[in-house]
Amino acid sequence: MELHRIGIVIAWVFLYGYVLVASIDFGAGFFSFYGKLTKRDHIINHVIDRYLSPVWEVTNVFLVFFIYALVGFFPDVVFVYGITLLVPGSIALILIVLRGSFYAFANYGARKSIFTLFVYGVTGLFIPASLATVLTISEGGYILVEGERVELLLGKLIASPYAWVVVGLAIVSVLFISATFLTYYADRAKDADARELLRRFALYNSLPTIFMSFLAFFTLYRHNPEHFDRMLYMSWMFMVSLGCFLVALALIIQRKAYGTAFFFVMLQFLFAFFGYGRSHLPYLLYPYLTIESGVTSEAMGTALIVAFIGGLLLLIPSLFLLMRLFIFSANYVQGRRGT
Amino acid sequence: MNTRKRGDRHAAIISKARKQAGVFMLSDLGNFVLFFAYEVVEWINEKGKVILDHVLLARLLTFITLGFHIIFATLGVGIPLFVSIAEFIGIWKKDVHYHLLARRWARGYVITVAIGVVTGTCIALQLIFLWPGFMQLAGKVIGLPLFMETFAFFFEAIFLGIYLYTWDRFQNPWLHWWLSIPIILGSVGSAFFITTVNAFMNTPQGFTLENGVLTRIDPWLAMFNPATPSKVAHVLSSAFLTVAFVLAAIAAYHLLNKKTHEYYKKALRFTMLLALIFSLLNTVIGDISGKFLAEHQPEKLAAAEWHFHTESRAKLIVGGILNQDTLEVEYALGIPLLLSILANGTPDSTVIGLDQFRRELWPPLYIHYFFDGMVTLGGYLFVISFVYVVLDFLHRKGKLKRLVAWNRPLLCGILAGGPLAVLATEFGWIFAEVGRQPWILRGYLRTSQAATPASHLPEMFVLFVLLYLFLAIVVSVVLIRLFRKTPPEMELEQRKIIL
Repeated sequence: MELHRIGIVIAWVFLYGYVLVASIDFGAGFFSFYGKLTKRDHIINHVIDRYLSPVWEVTNVFLVFFIYALVGFFPDVVFVYGITLLVPGSIALILIVLRGSFYAFANYGARKSIFTLFVYGVTGLFIPASLATVLTISEGGYILVEGERVELLLGKLIASPYAWVVVGLAIVSVLFISATFLTYYADRAKDADARELLRRFALYNSLPTIFMSFLAFFTLYRHNPEHFDRMLYMSWMFMVSLGCFLVALALIIQRKAYGTAFFFVMLQFLFAFFGYGRSHLPYLLYPYLTIESGVTSEAMGTALIVAFIGGLLLLIPSLFLLMRLFIFSANYVQGRRGT
Repeated sequence: MNTRKRGDRHAAIISKARKQAGVFMLSDLGNFVLFFAYEVVEWINEKGKVILDHVLLARLLTFITLGFHIIFATLGVGIPLFVSIAEFIGIWKKDVHYHLLARRWARGYVITVAIGVVTGTCIALQLIFLWPGFMQLAGKVIGLPLFMETFAFFFEAIFLGIYLYTWDRFQNPWLHWWLSIPIILGSVGSAFFITTVNAFMNTPQGFTLENGVLTRIDPWLAMFNPATPSKVAHVLSSAFLTVAFVLAAIAAYHLLNKKTHEYYKKALRFTMLLALIFSLLNTVIGDISGKFLAEHQPEKLAAAEWHFHTESRAKLIVGGILNQDTLEVEYALGIPLLLSILANGTPDSTVIGLDQFRRELWPPLYIHYFFDGMVTLGGYLFVISFVYVVLDFLHRKGKLKRLVAWNRPLLCGILAGGPLAVLATEFGWIFAEVGRQPWILRGYLRTSQAATPASHLPEMFVLFVLLYLFLAIVVSVVLIRLFRKTPPEMELEQRKIIL
């Protein structure tokens, strides 16, 4: 593989990791808040807390990883995106800051008030919405580049149906991923009440996810037909994704094998996400930036790949340890020891 | 009766008049405020093009984010070492007090780490938003440590999560202690990687710039540039010193408040001993950093010392006021030969002055005060920790009966040492960054060429200032409440029952 392909795959793997981990986190925050509002917090909140407590810090890191993989492999990207995303990016940052700090405060320090849960829950929906908008922008048509001058056409972005469909898709996907994972987690904790409630949340969000995906295809066809054509070219990936979704849905409906169900949800998003990413290529920003034009030097690319492999060798065993201790340890999950 | 009634009516009229006058005054005040605001806006618009230009706003926004972040970053680099040593002593000597110290520090640490993580995410992205020109170039040459820093932090975060939730989970307590090692490695590692980037900004190497195109890029050479060793060492030693004093200040605060439990005394003794060690180390490394500047970045040293003429047997200027036009220094304390000794180790050596550089390439001369402030505060920290350790030693030998080691003035001095150590860190950082100006990448890219041309910078600045203010207040409240709720005496009692 050429350098630019390896680079974009590495970056995309991090983004996929972020989508999974952050979705669970964002959704969990929203369900906590929603549970409190509908006075059902006592059923689900301890399951959610038990999962989130040891892993929340890991979430942000995936995002920074993705961004710095992009900066390292495709430094020219920084220029255009850096200038255009000042305002939306800063707002997303403020939300991330509020969310992260409020979580820590609520969990380790202050009481859990409805206000902290509100901030925690609502930012969990706004952050994915604002981050998904960056993908919308990358489809082109919302950025004006004239020589050195770069400008974001905010009015056009807000008026675009595609942008709103992507926002909707991001939100229902977050809730769907999160609910299927937490159903599985509650099931491991042998907490039948929590499992039933979370299972219902998963089912509520299942069909909207697929519906929004179709809407996204349709609106993308109108917004960027070229990209849509490339998607059709690799439509098998989206078909497999749909298949995985149906398997997961069937399992959840039959109350069977929640772990396998979540695994299929992961596969569903893996195929959809990489299908989208692959068809997006060669453009990083349509039509100005491609992976070939923006790629870094050979020396830097090699060094980054070496660092990436070294880092993975360090991280994968550590992550495995984290999961064994907290996610796949029946003792911990059921709250028997070590809180 | 009558007079009284009249008096009442009189009073009513007066009060009505007063009310009306009040309304008038209010509206006058309103007009005045509007007028004033208008004037201010006009003034900003007029001067704004000069004063509040993009570059300055971008620098200010970076300044507040980093200024806020480095407090938590410093704590984040230092505390794991202290937690680990305390836990080690606790297990080794079977001392519940040290064990509890480790636990409580770790508990507070989570909250400071949370702020460190989120503000770190802020600066990671703001570098891209505010300095796209720099990051584009930096990404090509120094992207490697930026990438690796995230790995190091990730490593730390994973083990921190494990460490915090497994205090009582292992049969063998040493297993839990081993988990603190990757946390230290991760935090020191991320400090190392990010400092190499800052070092690269001061002494860039590992690439060739030909007609605006970067060639012959060597990321490893860029990472291990001349400034890397001294900068990394200074960042680490000062972080450990700062943390020692912050933790000592907490113990001193409780001892001042008439708490006499052995727990606080042990905490103070432990942190002050480490403070003395790191203070000595920091002084040596600071001296090495000065010698490094003299060799590789003479203009920074010269600006910090107000050293205008290249000369041998140079004197060191402390404090003073500078006449910007004549470049004459007044009211300063001059110590003969010392600058030559600090810069090169011998009194006869030549120290390069600012006369070797074009005036437009001089760093701002106010960094002199930040440099002096940093050194003075460092000296203060050394003296306090030295006095404490000596007194404590004599006290334990039984030689000091009346002047005990926890006497009040000394405790006050230690208490002040906490915030002053943080202030010293800030001063040192401001000196390091402003002293590099006008360059963002010394010799290649000016700060003014690298700032974003995007609009809405003022609004973003205000938003982030409010955000950090809010965070600062909330984090203080949460930390105080967290530790007030469960004082160590209470925890010790609970633990002894378990034991």
